[in-house]
Amino acid sequence: MPQDHIISAKHLSRADIESVLDRAAEIAADPEAVADRHAGQLLGMLFFEPSTRTKMSFSAAMKRLGGDIVDMGPVDQSSVKKGESLADTVRVVEGYADALVMRHPLEGSAKMASEFVDVPLINAGDGAGQHPTQTLLDLYTIRESAGFSDLTVGIMGDLKYGRTVHSLAHALTTFDAQQHFVSPESLKLPRGVRYDLHEAGASMREHTELEEVLDSLDVLYVTRIQAERFPDEDEYRKVAGEYQIDAETLAAAKDDLVVMHPLPRVDEIAPDVDETDHARYFEQAHNGVPVRMALLDLILEGNL
Amino acid sequence: MSEDQQLRVSKITEGTVIDHVTGGQALNVLAILGIDGSGGEEVSIGMNVPSERLGRKDVVKVEGRELSQDEVDVLSLIAPAATINIVRDYDVVEKHRVERPSEVVGVLQCPNRNCITTKDEPVDSRFAVLEEGVRCAYCDTIIRESIADHIHVD
Ligand SMILES: [Zn+2]
Repeated sequence: MPQDHIISAKHLSRADIESVLDRAAEIAADPEAVADRHAGQLLGMLFFEPSTRTKMSFSAAMKRLGGDIVDMGPVDQSSVKKGESLADTVRVVEGYADALVMRHPLEGSAKMASEFVDVPLINAGDGAGQHPTQTLLDLYTIRESAGFSDLTVGIMGDLKYGRTVHSLAHALTTFDAQQHFVSPESLKLPRGVRYDLHEAGASMREHTELEEVLDSLDVLYVTRIQAERFPDEDEYRKVAGEYQIDAETLAAAKDDLVVMHPLPRVDEIAPDVDETDHARYFEQAHNGVPVRMALLDLILEGNL
Repeated sequence: MSEDQQLRVSKITEGTVIDHVTGGQALNVLAILGIDGSGGEEVSIGMNVPSERLGRKDVVKVEGRELSQDEVDVLSLIAPAATINIVRDYDVVEKHRVERPSEVVGVLQCPNRNCITTKDEPVDSRFAVLEEGVRCAYCDTIIRESIADHIHVD
């Protein structure tokens, strides 16, 4: 097995990604076929910061494979509160489960934790770092709705702090997608990410206005711009307002443009977009279950 | 090195002479090597000594200790022109240059305060050496300028 931990989308080859997406499509087409496949197996859930949605999605995935979960519970009721190191926590917990899912507020925590355990560990988000399962479900949604051939993707919003964006951009590079990054000047892609994308041979451009590229896009991936990134409320409103879309904005887009968002959204996509054929963000969220089922299945079988 | 310059710093009988260190970096060289005098090593340094090649250079001499290639290669990050002379019985028996390593472990401190390696965990910092700068293997933070400012000190 070339890798048994899933730490970063960057470390997944195109073949790895395709095997997860293929398996997800098989599972989505016939979920009954895998309903007992992992009976008796346990997934350890280590959520060092709350993320109800990701946790529910992993729980649903493991249970729909016939397995079950064991949950560390909230941090304030665990040994972590007493000052236990992460390295110790994961070494104890690996004895309770066949695989681990971890979310942690510090960057690099998943990589470090994986160095201390023998069971497969899946990174469900490490600070502003990586979130590979979000990337996999994003890619699955793109493949199912737009396909990867001759693909042009626009990624808009907070490109500086948004981990989903960095992870997705790396993966799209392996699929030779044209990428347009649309953001305010202050929230452009960080230097490290841009460096890696260039190294990987990405075909990419950066923009400050969506109009410059909207009509060329097959997919528009919108992320939230958070108020705390700005010195004051006025500045935030002014800047964030320029990166909100509604049905009218999308009149200039291709008819089959797919609009995605990792959710939750606040006001960056107006509710009137929900009624258009462009909206694909709820489907995207639902895709988290078959994609995580596929990933868990491959990992527990040692097939990734 | 001319005889005259050689005399500025005392000769050593056995050990390592690190020559052609970028001027002003001698103390950082010692910091990277983890030599702070507490180990009892006899250490002498010359700073901003005139040099034909570098204009000004630093020289570091460590008595009684032969530094390995792995130990000295990390110096290439702050003193790329450094040469290493291994001395036995007053004679230079080996002379080589520092080479850029592919990674450096435990030497630098990640500047990202949210990086797991900066916390109380049993893990060494680990940086991949890029063409320009270094990148944290855990959080991907890149350090491009003033690498010496990030030398890990306990
Ligand atoms: Zn780091």
